[in-house]
Amino acid sequence: MSAFLLILILFAQTPPRGNAETGRTLFMKIGCYQCHGREAQGSTATGPRLNQNPITYTRFVSYIRKPSGEMPPYTAKVVSEQQAADIFAFLQSLPKPPAVESIPLLRQ
Amino acid sequence: MSKPRKFSSTRRKFLKGAAVAGAATIAPPTEAGLKARPVPRIAPLQDARAETTTPAEVDVLTSDHCGSDFMVDVLRSLDLDYVCANPGSSFRALHESIINYGGNQKPEFITCCHEESSVGMAHGYSKIEGKPLGVLAHGTVGLQHAAMAIYNAYCDRVPIFIVVGNTIDATMRRPGVEWMHSVQDAASIVRDFVKWDDTPISLQHFAESAARAFKVTMTPPMEPVLIVADSELQERPLAEKDKLRVQRVTRTSPPQGDSGAVAEAAKLLVAAQSPVIIADRAARTAAGMKYLVDLADILQAPVIDQGGRMNFPSHHPLNQSSRGRALIADADVILGLELTDFWGSVNAYRDQLERSSRRITKAGAKLISITAGDLYIKSNYQDFERYPEIDIAMAADAEATLPALTEAVKRLVTADRKNAFQARGTKLAAAHQTTLDQARVDATYGWDASPISTARLFAEVWAQIKNEDWSLVSSSQSNWPARLWKFDRYYQHIGGSGGAGVGYGAPAAVGAALANKKYGRLTVNVQNDGDLMYAPGVLWTAAHHRIPLLSVMHNNRAYHQEVMHLQRMANRHNRGIERAAIGTTIEDPNIDYSKLAQSMGLYAEGPITDPKELGPALKRAIAAVKRGEPALLDVVTQPR
Ligand code: HEC
Repeated sequence: MSAFLLILILFAQTPPRGNAETGRTLFMKIGCYQCHGREAQGSTATGPRLNQNPITYTRFVSYIRKPSGEMPPYTAKVVSEQQAADIFAFLQSLPKPPAVESIPLLRQ
Repeated sequence: MSKPRKFSSTRRKFLKGAAVAGAATIAPPTEAGLKARPVPRIAPLQDARAETTTPAEVDVLTSDHCGSDFMVDVLRSLDLDYVCANPGSSFRALHESIINYGGNQKPEFITCCHEESSVGMAHGYSKIEGKPLGVLAHGTVGLQHAAMAIYNAYCDRVPIFIVVGNTIDATMRRPGVEWMHSVQDAASIVRDFVKWDDTPISLQHFAESAARAFKVTMTPPMEPVLIVADSELQERPLAEKDKLRVQRVTRTSPPQGDSGAVAEAAKLLVAAQSPVIIADRAARTAAGMKYLVDLADILQAPVIDQGGRMNFPSHHPLNQSSRGRALIADADVILGLELTDFWGSVNAYRDQLERSSRRITKAGAKLISITAGDLYIKSNYQDFERYPEIDIAMAADAEATLPALTEAVKRLVTADRKNAFQARGTKLAAAHQTTLDQARVDATYGWDASPISTARLFAEVWAQIKNEDWSLVSSSQSNWPARLWKFDRYYQHIGGSGGAGVGYGAPAAVGAALANKKYGRLTVNVQNDGDLMYAPGVLWTAAHHRIPLLSVMHNNRAYHQEVMHLQRMANRHNRGIERAAIGTTIEDPNIDYSKLAQSMGLYAEGPITDPKELGPALKRAIAAVKRGEPALLDVVTQPR
């Protein structure tokens, strides 16, 4: 592996520092919420859960730029690296949901 | 018989059937029967001569019975419980005959505020009751309003009996509006999506065509039918009743698959390592659901319920609907039962700049199809979907064919195969349980969110209805009901609109609730906001006719499907990705659905944005429904 590629990978794996608040606003403004839900809870009908999704930043950015499935692409022309990092930070900041057992309506 | 003085000779010819024929053979409930009497002389209202000359004889201005009385006898013979209609002058005589001659019973006149609501109600009703409702409409403006709803019913394979008024004889039309409301060929506007139509020119012709229409609409594939009731036929005095006859309505048994094809299909299914059964509109009745369970049980084969009807119990261990894609990819034999889209079930499609698709099944996987859709196709509207390459295609009704298929399978099952089936079933049952558990975990995400998550919405509704005899009559934008609720009765799910024409939801729910009323079921409708705004007047119809119905708004304040389409287009063109709300959202101002509902006489609350308020509000609304009223809760929700 060339040193150049290595640097590139290292660079790609170090996301720009993201701002979760800005990320939440962006998540709404540029439409991520439409398919993934406002809390990134996902919907089997429109888009998978992104809350507590163990996806890495590298894969996150590459997925939104060039999705392999149905998702519309968000290229660098319309979503900057910084904005992508903000959205990623927002997703990372989401709290874990309550346990099933703690919700009477979901207990069997 | 005396000749009507003012009738033109052509009109006399046209009305010959009516003029020489007699009255009904079925007695009205309120009267012993019709007295045979000569056709009275009448004068058209706006006849210059009638005004300026002294009539040789005294004008006869009334008659005890008219052609539409006989039409009511005919409708009654079809066992139509209701007719839904927005009142219209082209069927004023029929309307009057229904309420006075027929005593407003069987059929009872249901007042609708829009013809789309009339047909939508008939659509929902039919899927609960298994028989058509009547719909009356103007042959012109009324049918134009009704058209989309008829198309939905056509795509959804639902029987509806439509009668439209028209005045074919130009010399008989009142000047002005009646000309605007007359048409040469009334049915032409919907002929592409009704199964059969006719324009009878005599009362006997009306009777015969009505019986034929009923038989046609009730034969799979079931589709709407339409009969034109000419206003002259309706309004002319009725005489010589003995010569008119109400035809006996006969039914056609649904087509069953060819025995050779059934045997061949059974052989493939029994030998298969990984068979999959996909059902869309497979079960036409509760019996169909049982037949499908029988077949799945004997084969221990997974069932993917695409939800066009209530095909398979949600908690049956072989219900693998959530795992459809993976199972289809792994299958060696796929049995499709009344699928709208077999091709789409075995192919993946990608909606990107370059539209592309690929087959997802294994090489050599065998496809078996049973559908009455193969017996019937029209050219113009494209609801038949892409051409699937089927190995065994039975042009037959799935429900009628399933028992024979199950018997054929039983005959072929050896002890070895039985053991293999058992092992398969055990694995599938475990996967089914995992899916159920996963659904509950998934539901925790966004549990306390506002706007309220759809998982929370459906979990809260479920908690309030699960001990009732409930019937969910809406098709949801999310599949939370299938994941969280327990469906095991036929009337608990009625599928969707068929043609995806928005505006189906509200009237279909009211129609289904009308059907459920006599069984005392708690009818539940999760109502999309965009859908309700097409013709919200149907809420008034529910209140006016005391139709108990719980409507819970899935109010995401948008035509959300279109929001996503707009986003897709903006992203595709690398521009304006924050502008998808323009033209697609229903905000600024937000619509107050509880006020809308209250204004039409419903019990209503909302907008509810705090999930904690939902449970108590549901209790109050259900109490209203149990009093016999419709109730609506406006719940502001997540998009999906
Ligand atoms: C129109 C619907 C839609 C929109 C809008 C959308 N997504 Fe997606 N997204 C999907 C779907 C569907 C998938 C599942 C994979 C596929 O089909 O592409 C997905 C997958 C993803 C994945 C991959 C998840 C994984 O586990 O592999 C990420 C990350 C993601 N989306 C992030 C985003 C972000 C961030 C936005 C907004 C900038 C966004 N999406 C907007 C529909 C959408």
